[in-house]
Amino acid sequence: MSVLISILSGILFAVGLVISGMTNPNKVIGFLDILGNWDYSLAFVMVGAISVSFVAFKYFQNKKPFCAPQSFLPTNTEVDKKLLIGSAMFGIGWGIAGFCPGPAIVNLATFDMKAIVFVIAMVVGMFVFKLYSKTQ
Amino acid sequence: MENIIYPLLGGALIGLSSSTMLGGIGRITGISGILGGSLQKNSSEDLWRLFFLLGLVLGGLGMKVLYPQFFTYQFNFSYVTYIVAGLIVGFGTRLGSGCTSGHGVCGMARLAKRSIVATLTFMAFGIITVAIKGLI
Repeated sequence: MSVLISILSGILFAVGLVISGMTNPNKVIGFLDILGNWDYSLAFVMVGAISVSFVAFKYFQNKKPFCAPQSFLPTNTEVDKKLLIGSAMFGIGWGIAGFCPGPAIVNLATFDMKAIVFVIAMVVGMFVFKLYSKTQ
Repeated sequence: MENIIYPLLGGALIGLSSSTMLGGIGRITGISGILGGSLQKNSSEDLWRLFFLLGLVLGGLGMKVLYPQFFTYQFNFSYVTYIVAGLIVGFGTRLGSGCTSGHGVCGMARLAKRSIVATLTFMAFGIITVAIKGLI
């Protein structure tokens, strides 16, 4: 049952990304181009997503999930250097190519070599992080 | 209006997907965490990650077949650019424990301090990066 929920949620998430315009990297770069020719429309993706999640998360936050013994919510509340440096790096990479992880994966559906290369590089970056965190 | 309706609708679907994941299996829908967490030997308890990722790709493929008009954009940069950006996004999202979905949607909806700081950080660095790219 939990794999069914996951695959359906994954499909729904991808449909949402495509409809919203988030999968178009040029649109994403236009959204980040606040100091230039700003395309504000993608701000409404966050408005839509956070409004729905805010209500649902409030409802589910202290409840047992339907198909799991408990929720796995993050418990760390400390703003540390790793969070700041990692987020800054992500922002730079996002601004360079216009891809964040979700839309990059959905763009595999285009079979475009550049999207595929980005996803492979992203996975390699995650592996490098894994090696790096072992040395810490 | 269209440039607001589609992002809002797509965003709402993303929110619905994240809400289903939390209410259904108690998980935060953070794509970088799901992808990074799937890069290991997967026990049966970890299978949800692979199925969610499969759903993302299937959702993308389905949309590509049914609504190709959403996929008319081009990938404008060189392979080297996508490789560099992919590596930074992969490493950065793992170091910062999240990306646009985990921090930007789920964390913001939970009003988690770490996620609010992360989101402001990657937005700021994304904006700065695009601005600098515009100058060179």
